[in-house]
Amino acid sequence: MSTVRVLVGTRKGAFILTSDGKRKDWQVSGPLFTGWEIYHLKGSPADPNRLYASQSSGWFGQQIQRSEDGGANWAPVGNRFTYEGVPGTHQWYDGTAHPWEFKRVWHLEPSLGDPDLVYAGVEDAALFKSSDGGATWEELAGLRGHDTGPQWQPGAGGMCLHTIILDPSNAERMYIAISAAGAFRTDNGGKSWKPINKGLVSNFIPNPTAEVGHCVHHVAMHRERPGVLFMQKHWDVMRSDDAGESWQEVSGNLPTDFGFVIDVHAHEPETLYVVPIKSDSEHFPPEGKLRVYRSRTGGNEWEALTKGLPQKDCYVNVLRDAMAVDSLDACGVYFGTTGGQVYASADAGDNWTPIVRDLPAVLSVEVQTLT
Amino acid sequence: MSGAMRTVRVILPYHLRTLAQVGAEVEVEIGEPVTVRRVLDSLEGRYPMLRGTIRDHVTQERRPFLRFFACEQDLSHDTTDAPLPDAVATGEEPLLIIGAIAGG
Repeated sequence: MSTVRVLVGTRKGAFILTSDGKRKDWQVSGPLFTGWEIYHLKGSPADPNRLYASQSSGWFGQQIQRSEDGGANWAPVGNRFTYEGVPGTHQWYDGTAHPWEFKRVWHLEPSLGDPDLVYAGVEDAALFKSSDGGATWEELAGLRGHDTGPQWQPGAGGMCLHTIILDPSNAERMYIAISAAGAFRTDNGGKSWKPINKGLVSNFIPNPTAEVGHCVHHVAMHRERPGVLFMQKHWDVMRSDDAGESWQEVSGNLPTDFGFVIDVHAHEPETLYVVPIKSDSEHFPPEGKLRVYRSRTGGNEWEALTKGLPQKDCYVNVLRDAMAVDSLDACGVYFGTTGGQVYASADAGDNWTPIVRDLPAVLSVEVQTLT
Repeated sequence: MSGAMRTVRVILPYHLRTLAQVGAEVEVEIGEPVTVRRVLDSLEGRYPMLRGTIRDHVTQERRPFLRFFACEQDLSHDTTDAPLPDAVATGEEPLLIIGAIAGG
Protein backbone atom coordinates (compact mmCIF):
# COMPACT_ATOMS: atom_id res chain seq x y z
CA MET A 1 0.00 0.00 0.00
CA SER A 2 1.32 3.42 -0.88
CA THR A 3 1.76 6.23 1.60
CA VAL A 4 1.35 9.89 0.79
CA ARG A 5 3.30 12.47 2.76
CA VAL A 6 2.35 16.13 2.44
CA LEU A 7 4.99 18.64 3.56
CA VAL A 8 3.46 21.96 4.57
CA GLY A 9 5.45 25.13 5.22
CA THR A 10 3.67 27.91 7.11
CA ARG A 11 4.32 31.33 8.63
CA LYS A 12 4.81 29.74 12.07
CA GLY A 13 6.28 26.31 11.52
CA ALA A 14 6.10 23.16 9.42
CA PHE A 15 3.60 20.32 9.42
CA ILE A 16 3.70 16.84 7.92
CA LEU A 17 0.46 15.16 6.92
CA THR A 18 0.41 11.44 6.14
CA SER A 19 -2.17 9.04 4.77
CA ASP A 20 -2.33 5.71 3.04
CA GLY A 21 -3.08 5.56 -0.64
CA LYS A 22 -6.80 5.94 -0.10
CA ARG A 23 -6.07 9.50 1.02
CA LYS A 24 -9.10 9.68 3.30
CA ASP A 25 -7.65 9.61 6.80
CA TRP A 26 -4.81 12.00 7.52
CA GLN A 27 -2.47 12.26 10.46
CA VAL A 28 -1.06 15.68 11.21
CA SER A 29 2.32 15.99 12.89
CA GLY A 30 3.83 19.27 13.96
CA PRO A 31 4.35 22.06 14.36
CA LEU A 32 8.04 21.68 13.64
CA PHE A 33 10.38 24.68 14.06
CA THR A 34 7.65 26.47 15.96
CA GLY A 35 7.39 30.18 15.45
CA TRP A 36 9.78 30.27 12.48
CA GLU A 37 8.73 30.92 8.90
CA ILE A 38 9.06 27.77 6.84
CA TYR A 39 9.06 28.92 3.25
CA HIS A 40 9.61 25.45 1.81
CA LEU A 41 10.27 21.79 2.56
CA LYS A 42 11.08 19.19 -0.04
CA GLY A 43 12.20 15.56 -0.15
CA SER A 44 14.95 14.07 -2.25
CA PRO A 45 13.58 12.04 -5.17
CA ALA A 46 16.63 9.78 -4.79
CA ASP A 47 16.09 9.18 -1.05
CA PRO A 48 12.56 10.16 0.01
CA ASN A 49 13.45 10.07 3.71
CA ARG A 50 16.02 12.81 3.13
CA LEU A 51 14.10 16.05 3.57
CA TYR A 52 15.30 19.63 3.44
CA ALA A 53 13.56 22.61 5.04
CA SER A 54 14.11 26.35 4.77
CA GLN A 55 13.62 27.91 8.21
CA SER A 56 13.87 31.68 8.47
CA SER A 57 13.07 34.63 10.67
CA GLY A 58 13.29 38.37 10.31
CA TRP A 59 15.02 38.40 13.69
CA PHE A 60 17.40 35.46 13.46
CA GLY A 61 18.02 34.94 9.76
CA GLN A 62 18.24 31.72 7.79
CA GLN A 63 18.61 28.08 8.78
CA ILE A 64 18.54 24.98 6.62
CA GLN A 65 17.26 21.88 8.39
CA ARG A 66 17.74 18.32 7.18
CA SER A 67 16.01 15.08 8.13
CA GLU A 68 17.17 11.55 7.37
CA ASP A 69 14.02 9.80 8.53
CA GLY A 70 11.13 11.37 6.72
CA GLY A 71 10.73 14.28 9.08
CA ALA A 72 10.73 12.60 12.52
CA ASN A 73 14.10 14.11 13.45
CA TRP A 74 15.87 17.17 12.07
CA ALA A 75 19.26 18.83 12.40
CA PRO A 76 20.41 22.26 11.28
CA VAL A 77 23.03 22.16 8.54
CA GLY A 78 24.78 25.04 6.77
CA ASN A 79 23.25 28.50 6.76
CA ARG A 80 26.02 30.57 5.21
CA PHE A 81 24.69 32.06 1.97
CA THR A 82 27.28 34.52 0.71
CA TYR A 83 27.11 36.10 -2.71
CA GLU A 84 30.17 35.52 -4.81
CA GLY A 85 32.38 38.54 -5.31
CA VAL A 86 31.13 42.10 -4.93
CA PRO A 87 27.35 41.74 -4.94
CA GLY A 88 26.56 44.82 -7.07
CA THR A 89 23.12 46.34 -7.34
CA HIS A 90 19.66 45.68 -8.72
CA GLN A 91 16.72 48.06 -9.12
CA TRP A 92 14.83 49.04 -6.00
CA TYR A 93 11.06 49.67 -6.05
CA ASP A 94 11.65 53.33 -6.91
CA GLY A 95 14.03 52.52 -9.74
CA THR A 96 17.21 53.42 -7.87
CA ALA A 97 20.17 51.07 -7.58
CA HIS A 98 20.03 48.87 -4.47
CA PRO A 99 22.72 46.47 -3.23
CA TRP A 100 22.02 42.76 -3.30
CA GLU A 101 21.28 41.57 0.26
CA PHE A 102 20.59 38.00 1.26
CA LYS A 103 17.25 37.68 3.07
CA ARG A 104 15.96 34.10 2.95
CA VAL A 105 15.67 30.86 1.00
CA TRP A 106 12.36 30.63 -0.79
CA HIS A 107 12.72 27.27 -2.49
CA LEU A 108 14.84 24.13 -2.09
CA GLU A 109 15.15 21.77 -5.03
CA PRO A 110 16.93 18.47 -4.33
CA SER A 111 18.67 16.78 -7.24
CA LEU A 112 16.78 14.04 -9.05
CA GLY A 113 19.58 11.54 -8.52
CA ASP A 114 21.88 12.60 -5.68
CA PRO A 115 20.45 13.11 -2.16
CA ASP A 116 23.41 15.32 -1.19
CA LEU A 117 22.96 17.71 -4.10
CA VAL A 118 20.39 20.44 -3.54
CA TYR A 119 19.71 23.87 -5.01
CA ALA A 120 18.38 26.89 -3.13
CA GLY A 121 16.55 29.83 -4.65
CA VAL A 122 16.99 32.91 -2.49
CA GLU A 123 15.92 36.52 -1.96
CA ASP A 124 17.59 38.78 -3.15
CA ALA A 125 17.46 36.66 -6.25
CA ALA A 126 20.28 34.20 -6.67
CA LEU A 127 20.78 30.48 -7.01
CA PHE A 128 22.92 28.50 -4.59
CA LYS A 129 24.06 24.89 -4.73
CA SER A 130 25.16 22.44 -2.04
CA SER A 131 26.91 19.19 -2.89
CA ASP A 132 27.22 18.02 0.71
CA GLY A 133 23.66 17.75 1.91
CA GLY A 134 23.28 21.42 2.78
CA ALA A 135 26.41 21.75 4.94
CA THR A 136 28.03 24.31 2.62
CA TRP A 137 26.60 26.49 -0.15
CA GLU A 138 28.14 28.10 -3.20
CA GLU A 139 26.46 30.60 -5.46
CA LEU A 140 25.97 29.77 -9.13
CA ALA A 141 26.92 33.34 -9.83
CA GLY A 142 26.48 33.24 -13.59
CA LEU A 143 22.78 33.88 -13.06
CA ARG A 144 23.03 37.01 -10.93
CA GLY A 145 25.93 38.10 -13.06
CA HIS A 146 23.81 38.13 -16.20
CA ASP A 147 24.04 41.44 -18.07
CA THR A 148 20.46 42.23 -17.12
CA GLY A 149 21.02 41.77 -13.35
CA PRO A 150 21.16 45.49 -12.56
CA GLN A 151 17.68 45.84 -14.16
CA TRP A 152 15.98 43.20 -12.00
CA GLN A 153 13.51 44.54 -9.47
CA PRO A 154 11.54 43.16 -6.54
CA GLY A 155 7.89 42.22 -6.69
CA ALA A 156 5.66 42.98 -3.71
CA GLY A 157 6.98 39.91 -1.88
CA GLY A 158 10.63 40.79 -2.44
CA MET A 159 13.08 39.96 -5.21
CA CYS A 160 12.87 36.22 -4.87
CA LEU A 161 14.06 33.27 -6.88
CA HIS A 162 11.08 31.01 -6.20
CA THR A 163 11.03 28.36 -8.91
CA ILE A 164 13.72 25.81 -9.78
CA ILE A 165 12.94 23.09 -12.32
CA LEU A 166 15.47 20.36 -13.13
CA ASP A 167 15.23 18.72 -16.54
CA PRO A 168 15.13 14.93 -16.04
CA SER A 169 16.31 14.34 -19.62
CA ASN A 170 19.28 16.70 -19.49
CA ALA A 171 21.37 17.12 -16.35
CA GLU A 172 22.87 20.35 -17.69
CA ARG A 173 19.52 22.09 -18.17
CA MET A 174 17.47 23.82 -15.53
CA TYR A 175 14.90 26.57 -15.40
CA ILE A 176 14.43 29.20 -12.73
CA ALA A 177 12.04 32.10 -12.24
CA ILE A 178 12.41 35.38 -10.37
CA SER A 179 9.89 38.00 -9.28
CA ALA A 180 10.22 40.42 -10.94
CA ALA A 181 12.85 39.57 -13.52
CA GLY A 182 11.32 36.64 -15.35
CA ALA A 183 12.31 33.11 -16.33
CA PHE A 184 15.83 31.96 -17.18
CA ARG A 185 17.35 28.74 -18.52
CA THR A 186 20.80 27.24 -18.29
CA ASP A 187 22.06 24.54 -20.65
CA ASN A 188 25.45 24.15 -18.99
CA GLY A 189 24.66 23.24 -15.41
CA GLY A 190 24.28 26.80 -14.19
CA LYS A 191 27.42 28.44 -15.57
CA SER A 192 25.52 30.77 -17.87
CA TRP A 193 21.87 31.70 -18.20
CA LYS A 194 19.52 32.98 -20.86
CA PRO A 195 16.36 35.01 -20.19
CA ILE A 196 13.42 33.09 -21.68
CA ASN A 197 10.65 35.68 -21.64
CA LYS A 198 9.76 36.15 -25.32
CA GLY A 199 6.01 36.36 -25.64
CA LEU A 200 5.40 37.64 -22.11
CA VAL A 201 3.57 40.97 -21.91
CA SER A 202 3.69 42.93 -18.64
CA ASN A 203 2.05 46.32 -18.58
CA PHE A 204 3.71 47.40 -15.32
CA ILE A 205 7.12 47.83 -16.97
CA PRO A 206 8.05 50.62 -19.37
CA ASN A 207 8.50 48.21 -22.27
CA PRO A 208 5.83 45.52 -21.76
CA THR A 209 7.73 43.02 -23.90
CA ALA A 210 11.19 43.68 -22.45
CA GLU A 211 13.73 40.89 -22.17
CA VAL A 212 13.50 41.01 -18.33
CA GLY A 213 11.31 42.65 -15.69
CA HIS A 214 8.36 40.24 -15.81
CA CYS A 215 6.78 39.13 -12.57
CA VAL A 216 6.62 35.39 -13.11
CA HIS A 217 4.74 33.83 -10.19
CA HIS A 218 5.37 30.14 -10.84
CA VAL A 219 6.36 27.68 -13.58
CA ALA A 220 5.49 23.98 -13.82
CA MET A 221 6.63 21.13 -16.06
CA HIS A 222 5.61 17.50 -16.53
CA ARG A 223 8.67 15.32 -16.12
CA GLU A 224 7.89 13.34 -19.29
CA ARG A 225 7.61 16.54 -21.37
CA PRO A 226 10.65 18.53 -20.28
CA GLY A 227 10.45 21.05 -23.12
CA VAL A 228 6.88 22.05 -22.28
CA LEU A 229 6.49 24.69 -19.59
CA PHE A 230 3.41 26.25 -18.02
CA MET A 231 3.55 29.61 -16.29
CA GLN A 232 1.30 31.59 -14.00
CA LYS A 233 2.47 35.16 -14.44
CA HIS A 234 1.40 38.20 -12.37
CA TRP A 235 -1.36 38.39 -14.96
CA ASP A 236 -1.71 35.75 -17.73
CA VAL A 237 -1.34 31.98 -17.86
CA MET A 238 1.26 31.04 -20.46
CA ARG A 239 2.75 27.95 -22.10
CA SER A 240 5.92 27.24 -23.98
CA ASP A 241 6.52 24.23 -26.22
CA ASP A 242 10.14 25.04 -26.97
CA ALA A 243 11.86 25.07 -23.58
CA GLY A 244 10.97 28.70 -22.98
CA GLU A 245 12.21 30.13 -26.29
CA SER A 246 8.71 31.52 -26.86
CA TRP A 247 5.49 31.73 -24.86
CA GLN A 248 1.82 31.82 -25.82
CA GLU A 249 -1.03 32.94 -23.61
CA VAL A 250 -3.47 30.15 -22.66
CA SER A 251 -5.65 32.01 -20.17
CA GLY A 252 -8.69 31.28 -22.35
CA ASN A 253 -11.96 31.36 -20.41
CA LEU A 254 -10.52 31.80 -16.91
CA PRO A 255 -12.56 34.29 -14.84
CA THR A 256 -9.30 36.12 -14.08
CA ASP A 257 -5.83 35.21 -15.21
CA PHE A 258 -4.11 36.61 -12.12
CA GLY A 259 -2.91 33.99 -9.65
CA PHE A 260 0.09 32.39 -8.09
CA VAL A 261 0.06 28.59 -8.39
CA ILE A 262 0.12 26.35 -11.43
CA ASP A 263 0.71 22.62 -11.61
CA VAL A 264 0.45 19.67 -14.00
CA HIS A 265 -1.37 16.35 -13.51
CA ALA A 266 1.04 13.51 -12.71
CA HIS A 267 -0.05 11.30 -15.62
CA GLU A 268 -1.67 13.68 -18.10
CA PRO A 269 0.87 16.22 -19.37
CA GLU A 270 -1.85 18.42 -20.89
CA THR A 271 -3.95 18.62 -17.71
CA LEU A 272 -3.23 21.78 -15.73
CA TYR A 273 -4.45 23.35 -12.52
CA VAL A 274 -4.57 27.00 -11.48
CA VAL A 275 -6.37 28.95 -8.74
CA PRO A 276 -7.55 32.26 -10.19
CA ILE A 277 -7.20 35.23 -7.84
CA LYS A 278 -9.22 38.40 -8.40
CA SER A 279 -6.41 40.84 -9.05
CA ASP A 280 -3.05 42.17 -7.96
CA SER A 281 -4.89 44.65 -5.77
CA GLU A 282 -7.30 42.13 -4.25
CA HIS A 283 -5.51 38.91 -3.44
CA PHE A 284 -8.55 36.69 -2.92
CA PRO A 285 -10.77 34.49 -5.08
CA PRO A 286 -13.31 36.25 -7.31
CA GLU A 287 -16.81 36.48 -5.79
CA GLY A 288 -15.59 34.89 -2.55
CA LYS A 289 -15.66 31.46 -4.26
CA LEU A 290 -12.58 29.28 -3.96
CA ARG A 291 -12.30 27.52 -7.30
CA VAL A 292 -9.54 25.46 -8.82
CA TYR A 293 -9.61 25.61 -12.60
CA ARG A 294 -8.54 22.58 -14.62
CA SER A 295 -7.67 22.46 -18.28
CA ARG A 296 -7.44 19.09 -20.01
CA THR A 297 -6.27 20.71 -23.21
CA GLY A 298 -3.01 22.27 -22.11
CA GLY A 299 -4.70 25.60 -21.51
CA ASN A 300 -7.31 27.88 -23.12
CA GLU A 301 -10.30 25.71 -22.14
CA TRP A 302 -10.79 25.67 -18.39
CA GLU A 303 -13.44 24.16 -16.09
CA ALA A 304 -14.18 25.26 -12.53
CA LEU A 305 -13.70 22.62 -9.84
CA THR A 306 -15.84 23.51 -6.84
CA LYS A 307 -17.05 20.34 -5.08
CA GLY A 308 -15.95 20.52 -1.47
CA LEU A 309 -14.45 24.01 -1.76
CA PRO A 310 -16.10 27.02 -0.07
CA GLN A 311 -18.34 28.80 -2.54
CA LYS A 312 -19.20 31.85 -0.51
CA ASP A 313 -17.41 34.27 1.82
CA CYS A 314 -13.97 32.85 1.06
CA TYR A 315 -11.18 35.44 0.93
CA VAL A 316 -7.97 33.42 1.26
CA ASN A 317 -5.04 33.40 -1.12
CA VAL A 318 -3.07 30.45 -2.49
CA LEU A 319 0.62 31.31 -2.68
CA ARG A 320 3.00 30.32 -5.47
CA ASP A 321 4.59 27.21 -3.97
CA ALA A 322 1.43 25.98 -2.27
CA MET A 323 0.15 23.42 -4.82
CA ALA A 324 1.45 19.95 -5.57
CA VAL A 325 0.32 16.60 -6.99
CA ASP A 326 0.93 13.01 -5.94
CA SER A 327 1.71 10.25 -8.45
CA LEU A 328 -1.01 7.79 -7.53
CA ASP A 329 -3.76 6.75 -9.88
CA ALA A 330 -6.01 8.72 -9.74
CA CYS A 331 -3.74 11.69 -9.37
CA GLY A 332 -4.09 13.53 -6.07
CA VAL A 333 -3.98 17.33 -6.09
CA TYR A 334 -3.22 19.42 -2.99
CA PHE A 335 -3.11 23.10 -2.18
CA GLY A 336 -2.76 25.26 0.93
CA THR A 337 -4.26 28.65 1.69
CA THR A 338 -3.31 31.73 3.63
CA GLY A 339 -6.24 30.84 5.89
CA GLY A 340 -4.43 27.69 7.02
CA GLN A 341 -6.44 25.07 5.15
CA VAL A 342 -4.85 22.33 3.06
CA TYR A 343 -7.34 20.96 0.55
CA ALA A 344 -6.85 17.65 -1.21
CA SER A 345 -8.52 15.89 -4.08
CA ALA A 346 -7.94 12.16 -4.56
CA ASP A 347 -9.63 12.19 -7.95
CA ALA A 348 -7.69 14.69 -10.02
CA GLY A 349 -9.71 17.65 -8.81
CA ASP A 350 -13.31 16.46 -9.12
CA ASN A 351 -13.89 16.43 -5.35
CA TRP A 352 -12.05 18.28 -2.60
CA THR A 353 -11.82 18.02 1.15
CA PRO A 354 -9.80 19.95 3.74
CA ILE A 355 -7.26 17.52 5.20
CA VAL A 356 -6.30 20.09 7.83
CA ARG A 357 -7.99 23.42 8.25
CA ASP A 358 -6.60 25.68 10.95
CA LEU A 359 -2.86 25.95 10.40
CA PRO A 360 -0.95 29.24 10.23
CA ALA A 361 -0.92 30.79 6.76
CA VAL A 362 0.40 28.20 4.32
CA LEU A 363 3.47 29.17 2.31
CA SER A 364 4.25 25.90 0.54
CA VAL A 365 2.94 22.41 -0.11
CA GLU A 366 4.96 19.50 -1.44
CA VAL A 367 3.84 15.90 -1.80
CA GLN A 368 5.77 12.64 -1.63
CA THR A 369 4.29 9.40 -2.91
CA LEU A 370 5.97 6.55 -1.05
CA THR A 371 5.67 2.93 -2.10
CA MET B 1 46.67 37.45 25.46
CA SER B 2 43.72 36.22 27.53
CA GLY B 3 43.69 36.49 31.28
CA ALA B 4 41.90 34.30 33.80
CA MET B 5 39.01 32.21 32.53
CA ARG B 6 35.55 33.44 33.40
CA THR B 7 32.15 31.75 33.32
CA VAL B 8 29.67 34.07 31.67
CA ARG B 9 25.92 33.50 31.78
CA VAL B 10 23.98 34.23 28.58
CA ILE B 11 20.22 34.35 28.25
CA LEU B 12 18.99 33.52 24.76
CA PRO B 13 15.68 34.44 23.12
CA TYR B 14 13.14 31.65 22.77
CA HIS B 15 13.72 30.89 19.09
CA LEU B 16 17.46 30.47 19.58
CA ARG B 17 16.90 28.19 22.56
CA THR B 18 14.78 25.87 20.44
CA LEU B 19 17.28 26.05 17.58
CA ALA B 20 20.23 25.16 19.83
CA GLN B 21 18.11 22.83 21.97
CA VAL B 22 19.15 24.50 25.22
CA GLY B 23 17.40 26.08 28.17
CA ALA B 24 16.91 29.80 28.69
CA GLU B 25 20.39 30.31 30.11
CA VAL B 26 23.69 28.91 28.88
CA GLU B 27 27.19 29.38 30.24
CA VAL B 28 30.37 29.98 28.28
CA GLU B 29 33.96 29.92 29.49
CA ILE B 30 36.06 32.77 28.15
CA GLY B 31 39.28 34.52 28.99
CA GLU B 32 39.47 38.12 30.10
CA PRO B 33 38.65 40.70 29.00
CA VAL B 34 35.01 39.65 28.82
CA THR B 35 33.49 41.29 25.76
CA VAL B 36 30.43 40.72 23.60
CA ARG B 37 32.66 39.55 20.77
CA ARG B 38 34.33 36.91 22.95
CA VAL B 39 31.02 35.76 24.36
CA LEU B 40 29.59 35.34 20.87
CA ASP B 41 32.73 33.61 19.58
CA SER B 42 32.48 31.10 22.40
CA LEU B 43 28.74 30.70 22.08
CA GLU B 44 28.98 30.02 18.33
CA GLY B 45 31.84 27.61 18.86
CA ARG B 46 29.78 25.58 21.28
CA TYR B 47 26.53 25.89 19.30
CA PRO B 48 27.47 26.20 15.61
CA MET B 49 23.83 26.48 14.54
CA LEU B 50 23.81 29.95 16.16
CA ARG B 51 26.28 31.27 13.60
CA GLY B 52 24.54 33.90 11.52
CA THR B 53 21.58 34.20 13.89
CA ILE B 54 22.92 36.90 16.23
CA ARG B 55 25.48 38.59 13.98
CA ASP B 56 26.09 38.51 10.26
CA HIS B 57 28.34 35.71 8.96
CA VAL B 58 30.58 38.07 7.05
CA THR B 59 30.40 41.54 8.59
CA GLN B 60 29.96 40.28 12.16
CA GLU B 61 27.47 43.11 12.65
CA ARG B 62 24.65 42.54 15.14
CA ARG B 63 21.44 41.58 13.35
CA PRO B 64 19.15 44.61 13.34
CA PHE B 65 16.29 43.14 15.38
CA LEU B 66 18.51 41.93 18.24
CA ARG B 67 19.75 43.82 21.29
CA PHE B 68 22.32 43.16 24.01
CA PHE B 69 21.29 44.10 27.56
CA ALA B 70 23.08 43.62 30.90
CA CYS B 71 22.85 45.17 34.35
CA GLU B 72 19.82 47.21 33.23
CA GLN B 73 21.86 48.83 30.46
CA ASP B 74 21.45 48.65 26.67
CA LEU B 75 24.89 47.68 25.36
CA SER B 76 23.74 47.15 21.77
CA HIS B 77 25.50 50.18 20.39
CA ASP B 78 28.76 49.77 22.24
CA THR B 79 31.68 48.28 20.37
CA THR B 80 31.70 44.51 20.75
CA ASP B 81 35.29 44.79 22.02
CA ALA B 82 34.28 46.92 25.02
CA PRO B 83 34.64 45.12 28.37
CA LEU B 84 31.29 44.01 29.74
CA PRO B 85 30.30 45.13 33.27
CA ASP B 86 32.14 43.36 36.09
CA ALA B 87 28.91 41.76 37.25
CA VAL B 88 28.67 39.96 33.89
CA ALA B 89 32.34 38.96 33.93
CA THR B 90 31.94 37.45 37.40
CA GLY B 91 28.74 35.61 36.52
CA GLU B 92 26.70 37.61 38.97
CA GLU B 93 24.53 39.00 36.17
CA PRO B 94 23.77 37.50 32.76
CA LEU B 95 24.22 38.99 29.30
CA LEU B 96 20.76 39.11 27.75
CA ILE B 97 20.32 38.66 24.00
CA ILE B 98 16.90 40.04 23.25
CA GLY B 99 14.71 39.87 20.15
CA ALA B 100 13.14 43.24 19.47
CA ILE B 101 9.43 43.52 20.12
CA ALA B 102 8.29 43.87 16.55
CA GLY B 103 5.13 41.89 16.15
CA GLY B 104 4.79 38.49 14.56
